[in-house]
Amino acid sequence: MTNNDRPLSPHLSIYRWPVTMATSILHRATGIAMAAGFILFVFWLADSAAGPDAYAVFTGAAGSIFGKILLVGWSWAFFYHLANGIRHLVWDTGRGLGKEEATRSAWFVIVLSVVLTAGFWLVAS
Amino acid sequence: MSLRSPLGRVLGLGTAKDGTSHWWGQRVSGVALAILGLWFAWSLATMAGFAHDDAIAFISQPLHAVLLLLLCVTMAYHSYLGVQVVIEDYVHSHGLKLAALVLSRFTHIFFAVVGVFSILRIGIGA
Repeated sequence: MTNNDRPLSPHLSIYRWPVTMATSILHRATGIAMAAGFILFVFWLADSAAGPDAYAVFTGAAGSIFGKILLVGWSWAFFYHLANGIRHLVWDTGRGLGKEEATRSAWFVIVLSVVLTAGFWLVAS
Repeated sequence: MSLRSPLGRVLGLGTAKDGTSHWWGQRVSGVALAILGLWFAWSLATMAGFAHDDAIAFISQPLHAVLLLLLCVTMAYHSYLGVQVVIEDYVHSHGLKLAALVLSRFTHIFFAVVGVFSILRIGIGA
């Protein structure tokens, strides 16, 4: 029996990324980013408790250009992980696992996370 | 009837039988964080200002302090579960994996305790 005609698993370099693959990787990446964000959250609490001087150091770092970029990144990570986490909860009930549905929900989650991030900074400013 | 091979039985390898609780813990803490996180994001966006007084005024309100305590502890727990899976997936050497897991647990517990202590210090008033 020859098996020469069977489909081969795609080689990484010629593999067109399905958007569902990107959303899966992003879920993990944003999760790791927010593990670091958790430490930032604790620094905010600890510096608040420590007094105005320590707090000024915190707001100084957070208010710098680099700090602002990180804060925008973290806010997007939060909204993305939140939206995609709910997508995972829906999957856990056995719904929405079809290829087309998953692709649609992937785009929905990406767009929603950007919209929520923009809304957050609009309300904040 | 056991489906395990004699070798597997002798080595005592196989499921640790705690995967289900890990799965549920991650989901339930995720649902809690969706609520607490949205509350916190909304609070941050609508906070009066970002001066030290504003932060103290916000954190010292009893309801805020309680929600922040829940957020801090739940975040540490959910983050630990997530980081644990990442370490288990990518760190293949047994010793390094064990060390990374212990370090991650210590780090999460340490920052959770610092957060809890800070909230209580502001909320109760030092």
